[in-house]
Amino acid sequence: MTLSMFQAIDQIDQIFVTSQHRLVSDLPAEFQSISSAILSVIAIVLVFALLFAITTVLERKGLGRMQNRYGPNRVGPCGFFQPLADGVKSLTKEDLVPRTADQLVHFLAPVLLVMAAFLAYAVLPVGRNMVLVNLNAGVLYFFAVGSLVELAVFMAGWSSRNKYSLLGAMRAIAQMISYEVPLVLASIVVIMAAGSLSTVSIVDMQASYTGIWPHWFVFTPWGFAGFALFMIAATAESNRSPFDLPEGESEIIAGYYIEYSGFKFALFFLGEYLGMFATSAMAITLFLGGWAAPFSFLTWIPSYLWFFAKLVLLILIFIWIRGTLPRLRMDQLMSFAWQFMLPMTLLNLFVAGVWHFMPAGIVRWLVCIALLVAPAILLSRSLKQGKKFAVRHYRFAE
Amino acid sequence: MFGEGILKGLAETARNFFGSYVSKDRLTTVQFPEQRLPQIEAARNFPFLVYDGEDWQQGMRCVSCFICEKECPPKCIFIEKSTDKKPDAVGKPQFYPKVFNIDVSVCMSCQICVEVCPFDAIKMDVAFEHSTNNRFAGLLWDKKELAKPNEYYRQIHPIEAAAVDAALAEERAKVAAKAKAAADAKAAAIAAAAASTSVEVATEK
Ligand code: SF4
Ligand code: SF4
Repeated sequence: MTLSMFQAIDQIDQIFVTSQHRLVSDLPAEFQSISSAILSVIAIVLVFALLFAITTVLERKGLGRMQNRYGPNRVGPCGFFQPLADGVKSLTKEDLVPRTADQLVHFLAPVLLVMAAFLAYAVLPVGRNMVLVNLNAGVLYFFAVGSLVELAVFMAGWSSRNKYSLLGAMRAIAQMISYEVPLVLASIVVIMAAGSLSTVSIVDMQASYTGIWPHWFVFTPWGFAGFALFMIAATAESNRSPFDLPEGESEIIAGYYIEYSGFKFALFFLGEYLGMFATSAMAITLFLGGWAAPFSFLTWIPSYLWFFAKLVLLILIFIWIRGTLPRLRMDQLMSFAWQFMLPMTLLNLFVAGVWHFMPAGIVRWLVCIALLVAPAILLSRSLKQGKKFAVRHYRFAE
Repeated sequence: MFGEGILKGLAETARNFFGSYVSKDRLTTVQFPEQRLPQIEAARNFPFLVYDGEDWQQGMRCVSCFICEKECPPKCIFIEKSTDKKPDAVGKPQFYPKVFNIDVSVCMSCQICVEVCPFDAIKMDVAFEHSTNNRFAGLLWDKKELAKPNEYYRQIHPIEAAAVDAALAEERAKVAAKAKAAADAKAAAIAAAAASTSVEVATEK
């Protein structure tokens, strides 16, 4: 009986994998691999576009409630069909292109942005055996594709021929490049521990248990610090509040996509959210055990459900943060990246090494925590002391 | 402490989030088309023409003096004077506007027309749902669309309307008194004339 139950659980877990195999198995052999890839791509595009729609309405409702408002509550039950209305609206709106804009680049920018965002999903394991390609340099590929977004953003800002666009694009580039460094450095600790760049084997390493407790990397001092640093850098990478300077509605209106309207504007939003999901999914893969269940007795729940539960949880945290923190100033943003994030990620690398070479036990925990917490406090203290409050003088304003 | 402010902020937003589901007083948003707040006395948007009594054409207070047309900063009022006269609000015979148009797409709701009108004929309205599917003809209001009874004015601006009503009543009383005095004088003159002729007749006899 138990055996058949295990089989049933396994079948449910692998239902998408087996049904995909069954669908393509009738085709001639030379088409099988390509058609199964196309099926996976369609699935990824549909699922994450749907997640985007759900996230927009959750975000608007959540932010509204945090500010004691209702949020959207007109379309459908409790306003949950709002994304449909928004989609119809953005599709039927006039698509304006500035006369002086570089027409081709202006058109290509949103397309490239969305494409780059979708490309990143190729290496993300959304469930057991559910990954489009298991590259042995998967993490590297992820970050390489992620930096295509910067190109798209700058194309949008430059081709629009608008000073706000250009300012927004320059801010975005400065911010994304600055935060890409801590983002990559924060993930290196996991690569060190796992000894692999493949996302699949990183998740596999975390999918085992001691007693009921999983072996997620976040449950180590360096893993926790790495996760926190990674999430901060990911927030900045995806231009979300409190790092939303490139958009900065109150100062440069919408930044690099000010000259976009209609569906292209919606594409920018889509690309931005997809980027956020992708980096969150990467954080889950690296630190939160990917599709693995949080306790050994919960492994009967299908792996893809765990993955999406974690993803939704991270998205909700993103929304919560957005509803709470005000926007940083440009100099604060930069000094935070280079004076706090970078030293801390480098230190974290060192701590991961210490952890690796020390014998397991409570001492290792205490040493590593001390090595991380003390410098963090000292660093933030000294950065605070360095700040003088004085009247600012602008060279050109007098 | 390190990060304390952020945690406090997060706690605050979380309290708002859950609190807004528990206590309804947190949500102060008025769900507009279904719920409406009462309008305040000082609200205003576009002008309208006041008329007294039942007949909007007979009771129209406007005497077609062109002051508002001249004073309107964006020049959105157009008036054409009548050739005949009709009694105005206080009973004097006056001209009346044959055409009175306001282009509300141009009107900037400055209330200057109201301030300058010496006849209390034009006042500010509070109705604001004026969407139309024709952006030219639909926004050019003629005399008929602009005319609204004095009762409506009393309803939307009670304090102001009471003052105007009192002033008009005084004016009407004055005009009536004058008319009465004039009639009396006339009657006296006729009587006097009649008396003098009788005296003449008497002396002739
Ligand atoms: S409110 Fe101002 S703009 Fe409008 S009609 Fe009167 S004077 Fe003209
Ligand atoms: S509304 Fe008043 S100011 Fe304007 S023409 Fe009529 S009486 Fe004169």
